[in-house]
Amino acid sequence: MTATTTSATELAANRRDIRPGRIITWTLLLIGGLIMVTPLLFMFSTSLKTAGQVYDLKLIPAAPTLDNYIKVLGDGRFMQWFLNSTFIAITVTASNVFFDSLVGYTLAKFEFRGRYFIFLAILSTLMIPTEMLVIPWYLMSSQLGWLNSYWGIMFPGMMTAFGTFLMKQFFEGVPNDFLEAARVDGLNEFTIWWKIAMPMVVPAISALAIFTFLGNWTAFFWPLIVTTSKELYTLPVGISSFSAEASIQWELIMTGAAIGTIPTLLVFLALQRFIVRGVMLAGLKG
Amino acid sequence: MASVHAYQQTGRVRFWDRLNISTKRVIWAWTFLALPILFYTGIRFYPTFQAFWLSLTNWDLLRPAQFIGLANYQKMFADPIFWKVFQNTFLYLLVGTPLSLLISFVIAYYLDRVRFMHGFIRALYFLPFLTTAAAMGWVWRWFYQPVPIGVINSVLSTIGIEQQPFLRSTTQALPAVLVPAIWAGLGFQIIIFMAGLRAIPGTFYEAARIDGLGDWAILRKITIPLLKPTTVFLVVFSSIGFLRIFDQVYNMTTNDPGGPLNATKPLVLMIYQTAFSSYQMGYAAAQTVVLFTILLIVSLLQLYVLREKK
Repeated sequence: MTATTTSATELAANRRDIRPGRIITWTLLLIGGLIMVTPLLFMFSTSLKTAGQVYDLKLIPAAPTLDNYIKVLGDGRFMQWFLNSTFIAITVTASNVFFDSLVGYTLAKFEFRGRYFIFLAILSTLMIPTEMLVIPWYLMSSQLGWLNSYWGIMFPGMMTAFGTFLMKQFFEGVPNDFLEAARVDGLNEFTIWWKIAMPMVVPAISALAIFTFLGNWTAFFWPLIVTTSKELYTLPVGISSFSAEASIQWELIMTGAAIGTIPTLLVFLALQRFIVRGVMLAGLKG
Repeated sequence: MASVHAYQQTGRVRFWDRLNISTKRVIWAWTFLALPILFYTGIRFYPTFQAFWLSLTNWDLLRPAQFIGLANYQKMFADPIFWKVFQNTFLYLLVGTPLSLLISFVIAYYLDRVRFMHGFIRALYFLPFLTTAAAMGWVWRWFYQPVPIGVINSVLSTIGIEQQPFLRSTTQALPAVLVPAIWAGLGFQIIIFMAGLRAIPGTFYEAARIDGLGDWAILRKITIPLLKPTTVFLVVFSSIGFLRIFDQVYNMTTNDPGGPLNATKPLVLMIYQTAFSSYQMGYAAAQTVVLFTILLIVSLLQLYVLREKK
């Protein structure tokens, strides 16, 4: 799994790797991987070039400059969009972690009439595409004055069936003995969930958090519809409108795209193993 | 929360204490579910029914909605642009899904056996998954520009191949938009495929080797059949993704969304324009019902395929 730790078995595996076929496979995989990141490399490289250098397609700029970043970040628009996106993604993620877990836990660990019905009802919403709901949501938002507000951007995603289902799967694996013991100790049900059950499903929580954050950070369709004033744009909507305005100033467009990409890349580099495991967990159980 | 209220009022305390344990737990359960039930009812179910209802009206934001029966559907099915869009949507699906799954499976299959710099190579493939489609649409759009701006055409011209119009051509534009969509999703599919490959017990492979099966036979007789749940999940997941494609198309064709000549326009973009550029909300709602029906069929097919296995 990891390339950094070298145990005896891995050393043996490495030795087996050293065969012509293996070397060719490895080289091809590396080339493929480099092709995958080429668009990102060109994006970063061009964001460090002056307008005159854009046409010279060297990957390493002759005289790298941060001028584009100063220019793009200068008027504060990108900063505002960045803060909007961060606030929205964090709030929605927190809400999903709280409510999806609570509902998943209730459906997994409580006995009551109607439990299966509620579960099926929530699960059935997975079949409803967002695109079908945006028109009613737009109507609802305009009637309730939610257009052009953080809440208007956030409300559709505050809970998700996917997250609820994922958390239910994991809570089912929590042994009842622990919960019973807590009950005997006189803890109330909310405390049992929050203090006893939640710490036992941390991997699932992090998987849910990663997915929700990423999904909301990159969300485009609904924020595009619900926001009309530039101050409330999220980063993707901002990048889109900025790029359309910048027209053929590709170095500025690449800088905007880079600003939108850098935060998630940094988070990924810091938490790579964690994120990959989270994606695997969510993909296999979800 | 129920208990907080109960302890505030002494009368209630006695009432709460008199309940037996299972009744208390039922009350807790419904307390936990109260807000979520409101949410799912108000923000998922009610809007769904409303979308069906609106699809039968001529609502245009200005005048109140009037019931017009199936007129929106008649108009849609008689509209050549709708059929063009319908065809595009399925092209995204039918080219995008098999192609991206084939590529990601091959990479996952070989990457799974690589130990040297495994984490680094995996990261290279996974990074595009973390990008924002709206931003990457612009990066790819730049790639497709003619010489001397566009990277791809510059490479082609240095190796002596004539320039390609890409996004300016009615035949090349759709594949040109599809490439970044496939590119961005590969990392996710590779990770899931690798997780699926790891879940296959090693004893199967050992047994096969003892029986003298070669790599190719093992792949066909063991790996691919045992990987079926993972593959079905990815087929559905990426099918839904391609059927709902929007961000890439919108950003790569902003000067004429879905163009040239509707050559790249998917259903979701048509819905967006009908609803939020021409404000024909009723007509757009009818289009969303079509999208809903297509996605429903895909999901039901998944259930059918999985059931067959058991």
